[in-house]
Amino acid sequence: MRIEARDLVVNYPGAPRPALDGVSMSASAGCLYAVLGPNGSGKSTLMRALLGVAPLSAGAALLDGRTSAAWDRRALAQAVGVVAQSESIAFPLSVRQMVGMGRYPHLGPLESEGDADRAAVSSALEACDVSALAHRDVTMLSGGEFQRVRIARALAQEPQALVLDEPTSSLDIRHQMGILELLRRSADSGLTVVLVTHGLDLAARYADRMLLLAGGHVAAEGTPDEVMTEDTISSVYGWPVAITSDPESGAPRVTPRRPPPRAEP
Amino acid sequence: MNRTMLGTVLIAALSTSIMLGVRFGSVPISTADVLAILAGGGDSVLRDIVLNLRLPRVLLGVIVGGGLALSGATFQALLRNPLAEPYILGISGGASLGAVSVIALGWVSQTSWALPLAAFAGALLAIGLVFRVATSTGRAMDVRVLLLSGVVIASFFAACIAFILSISPARTVQTAVLWSMGSLAGAGWGSVILAAAYTLPAAVALAALARPLNLMAIGEETAYYLGANVEGVKRTGLVIAALITAAGVSVAGIIGFVGLVVPHTIRLLIGSDNRVLLPLSFLGGATFLTLADLVARLGPTEIPIGVITAFVGVPIFLVLLRRSLTST
Repeated sequence: MRIEARDLVVNYPGAPRPALDGVSMSASAGCLYAVLGPNGSGKSTLMRALLGVAPLSAGAALLDGRTSAAWDRRALAQAVGVVAQSESIAFPLSVRQMVGMGRYPHLGPLESEGDADRAAVSSALEACDVSALAHRDVTMLSGGEFQRVRIARALAQEPQALVLDEPTSSLDIRHQMGILELLRRSADSGLTVVLVTHGLDLAARYADRMLLLAGGHVAAEGTPDEVMTEDTISSVYGWPVAITSDPESGAPRVTPRRPPPRAEP
Repeated sequence: MNRTMLGTVLIAALSTSIMLGVRFGSVPISTADVLAILAGGGDSVLRDIVLNLRLPRVLLGVIVGGGLALSGATFQALLRNPLAEPYILGISGGASLGAVSVIALGWVSQTSWALPLAAFAGALLAIGLVFRVATSTGRAMDVRVLLLSGVVIASFFAACIAFILSISPARTVQTAVLWSMGSLAGAGWGSVILAAAYTLPAAVALAALARPLNLMAIGEETAYYLGANVEGVKRTGLVIAALITAAGVSVAGIIGFVGLVVPHTIRLLIGSDNRVLLPLSFLGGATFLTLADLVARLGPTEIPIGVITAFVGVPIFLVLLRRSLTST
């Protein structure tokens, strides 16, 4: 699936400036597309605009060439799996039940799970390495397990695209890497993956393309090498950085600089 | 315990309590006599007791109890709040205001329909006000605003009731207080048909919402991304559940704890899948209220049914609360 934004403008009522102002991007099938930027730069708004949730003042959000607002809710949920930033569980629920909810858009109102649904759920559990947790209560999981279960639910939708909002924030190295490996595999298998993240270094290693937002504008767009230059990153984040090369992959790596020691008067 | 087992147990328990409810009262009747009467024979005095007094009363208990538990389970799922109960949207306050007004005006003795109609109208007024407030803030309905406006409007009605009672004679106050504790004593075929005509189709409609209701447990935003029509489900579900409560309150007064305790107990036994939780809550609530009513009328003077449901419901609820707190 091709996910595109054309000159998007989003104005929230009462806000002093547009949350997004003329943002364009395009991610195609098989692409892992990272959306980066400082806090409040419009990353989550872009995600919501792409999904037809944020009200557009101008421009267009297109999914396979059709504006996302024109998509039928259920058809959209069959095509795009979303992992939103946060989720609070109101009642105890097993991991299997939670991942099974990914089949919701594929079932009629009174229909129950068939063989195809069960197969989709078990391969999603497998892909996210949570099969062993199937009977656990989701409210008892660790942060990393919970995120993997939420991604498994999105995969159980058997979508053509995944959109994730900071799925690795607050996770340790092992769980971060596990999730990024999973997303890379998903992209390699033909899904379009749009990942909103704060992790510049890991995004540089895993993403095919990246979009760097600053104050609702596009600061840079392109391959990690094109986007992650010292000038761009320093000015967008308002802090001097050095860009070096990751020893394993050669991808650009950011090192924030300490200010030079103050000279004695 | 699995779902099929609990379902079987509840159907058996409900059938037994219906039979007990019909058999016992001021004149005990044997099972054989009851069956004979239901088949069209039997002694004419007993026939009158069973068909015109006990059966409508028991059936009203089944419908109101089942309806309250179903409505409570729905409110809990939609508001994502385990403490939600059928009267949470100010329905009890509205219904009480309607009932108390009619009692204070002395219309109750003149027409048997004045009280239920006034209670129903009061409940509808409360529902209308609460929804109006909750949807006035924007396009989407915020359940937190809904809860708050329910609390505020209930307080306003409580003040109105206190004012009316403060200027009324003691006799009126007593009638009003007894009404507010709930009773199935006024049951007749008319109220059974009225309650059933609304509650049973509404129950089917809520059962059809079970799958989207399940999604609400993981949050409105995620439910929306999974393809659920969140606003539609919230509005339809809340209105249907509120009207079930209004129908119940108009024929039986305010009966607490059924709508809170029954869905929680079922949820603790078989989990929170609404496809099973909703029908089993109906069965559980029906059984609980039928038995509570039986206990209420066994003594020398009839005890308000709300007293029985609270006496039984509060300890059960505390035990469950303790259990769920210690297990986490």
